[in-house]
Amino acid sequence: MASHTAEEPNRRDFIVIAAQAFAAVGAAAALWPFIDQMNPDASTQALASTEVDLSPVKPGQAITIVWRGKPVFIRNRMPEEVSTAKAVKIADLKDPSARNDALPESAKATDENRTKAGKENWLVLVGICTHLGCIPKGQSMGDAKGDYGGWFCPCHGSHYDTAGRIRQGPAPRNLEVPPYEFLSATQIKIG
Amino acid sequence: MASHESTFRPATHAGKWLDERLPLPRLMHGQFVDFPTPRNINYLWTTGGLLTFFLGVQIATGIVLAMHYIPSAGEAFSSVEAIRRDVNYGWLLRNIHMVGASFFFLAAYIHIARGLYYGSYKAPREVLWIIGVVIFLLMMATAFMGYSLPWGQMSFWAVTVITNLFSSIDAVIPGLGTRIVQWLWGGFSVSGTTLTRFYALHYLLPFVIAGVVGLHIWALHQVGQNNPTGIDIKQPSDSVPMAPYAVLKDIFALSVFVLLFAWFVFYLPDYLGHSDNYIEANPLSTPPHIVPEWYFLPYYAILRAIPDKLLGVIAMFSSILLLIFVPWLDTSRVRSAKYRPVYKWFFWMFVISVIALGYLGSKPPEPPYVGWARFFTAYYFLHLLVILPIVGVIENPRALPRSITEAVLGKEPATQGARAGGGK
Repeated sequence: MASHTAEEPNRRDFIVIAAQAFAAVGAAAALWPFIDQMNPDASTQALASTEVDLSPVKPGQAITIVWRGKPVFIRNRMPEEVSTAKAVKIADLKDPSARNDALPESAKATDENRTKAGKENWLVLVGICTHLGCIPKGQSMGDAKGDYGGWFCPCHGSHYDTAGRIRQGPAPRNLEVPPYEFLSATQIKIG
Repeated sequence: MASHESTFRPATHAGKWLDERLPLPRLMHGQFVDFPTPRNINYLWTTGGLLTFFLGVQIATGIVLAMHYIPSAGEAFSSVEAIRRDVNYGWLLRNIHMVGASFFFLAAYIHIARGLYYGSYKAPREVLWIIGVVIFLLMMATAFMGYSLPWGQMSFWAVTVITNLFSSIDAVIPGLGTRIVQWLWGGFSVSGTTLTRFYALHYLLPFVIAGVVGLHIWALHQVGQNNPTGIDIKQPSDSVPMAPYAVLKDIFALSVFVLLFAWFVFYLPDYLGHSDNYIEANPLSTPPHIVPEWYFLPYYAILRAIPDKLLGVIAMFSSILLLIFVPWLDTSRVRSAKYRPVYKWFFWMFVISVIALGYLGSKPPEPPYVGWARFFTAYYFLHLLVILPIVGVIENPRALPRSITEAVLGKEPATQGARAGGGK
């Protein structure tokens, strides 16, 4: 056997390669449970939607509620905040996408696309900075609201406008609008 | 291993019996007793021993702290308080562990700076240097996960910010970054699930570090120690046995360093930490000014200096990973900055820029700090990527001494070379 220089693959070669491939697939299959165990578990996945009563929230006020362990900002915007948000041109925005879970990725970040028609005063956002996950300031009356009157993230200095859109700072995306619906005039369901 | 004649002679019959079966005492004797050490090494060469000592201290105190700590979101914070108040000597063990992390990093930074100054990364020590960078990365991961365990506000928000670094991958492959972050968290936000896994890894990684330190020492003893001249050991008079010379020097330096350490442990245990970490973690409120521990501040400044999320993360990671390539980025044939009149200045400017970044990392992200952080970030990368290769080519190094012995004792009348080459 050793004297043959260029030998055709024989049955032994086939068996070796097949065994190695089998072992590699087996090793990968054995590894997967060790990796997947770290993903969100069934109890976390099963977290239901949250219903919120908006009636106590007066114009100019904001509340923070918890949905899936994440803070959700709900702001009852003043008419001038709405008109300021509507007046902004898409070209001036750092992130032109609406980031509304109810709309496709291509939807433009107009104020209309980030609120519900007829309920433009209500702005509902996941209150997590899209930079590195801090909670932006701007929910309380005394908070710094940033240069654009919306929210300001103190961690790394991102400024969001009155529609929760990123205007200045390192955050790459607008604050996410979670999926929600109005159950009645003063009640919403998030999720 | 650097070859030298073994002076190991088992004194007893039992010692001889073991030597023929498992020559472990012979190995230890050869590596840590009569191992040839350059006769001119200064006190900066005691930092390796310091680091080994602190690794041992962290593992010893960590194991006993683990007997009292409860890794759950509901009980972690109060269990750490109980360690400080109720557990016998818990205050001491916890302070040693907490301050020990800071002093471990202090020693590591001096150790790294020494390597950069004396060219300890140059051939044949490239692998030794790269293993060192790996240890540094493992230390950072371990310290980061350890910092999460007290479950205070700074712990919680440090975990949030640092794990969110991976979400920047969304800018390359949409959705992948978020998947990775949720995989790290085990949920849709940082929670007790995250804390428990960090605890498991925080217990594991120090032993991985110990293993890699073994490789680091193996690589060191294969090529031999560098020294302030950067010249190799060429003759017996260039070296002294490790014991007692280097060992006693190590013990003296360790004693002084531990005095400083003890001052912090007993009188200033929280000086290097942040008071906000004594407020229990609250997922709905970010502290107005979040900062990492002091030893991460320069990287944090680099992260914040860049206004783009993905590029900021890339800059932060590459500021450390670039160190791996330093052996090839530095083009000089001379190792030690002692004989490099131009590089010496740039080295100190590099040190100043790292310290400045550390200061800026502790400041809020607003003018004028952001502007200066950008300036020093630019200089940091300029040093590694441009200055290091160019200076090595254009610089005219000073004449090197013929040997370590000559550097210590001056010209040696006994050697042929010094007599014949006196005019050179």
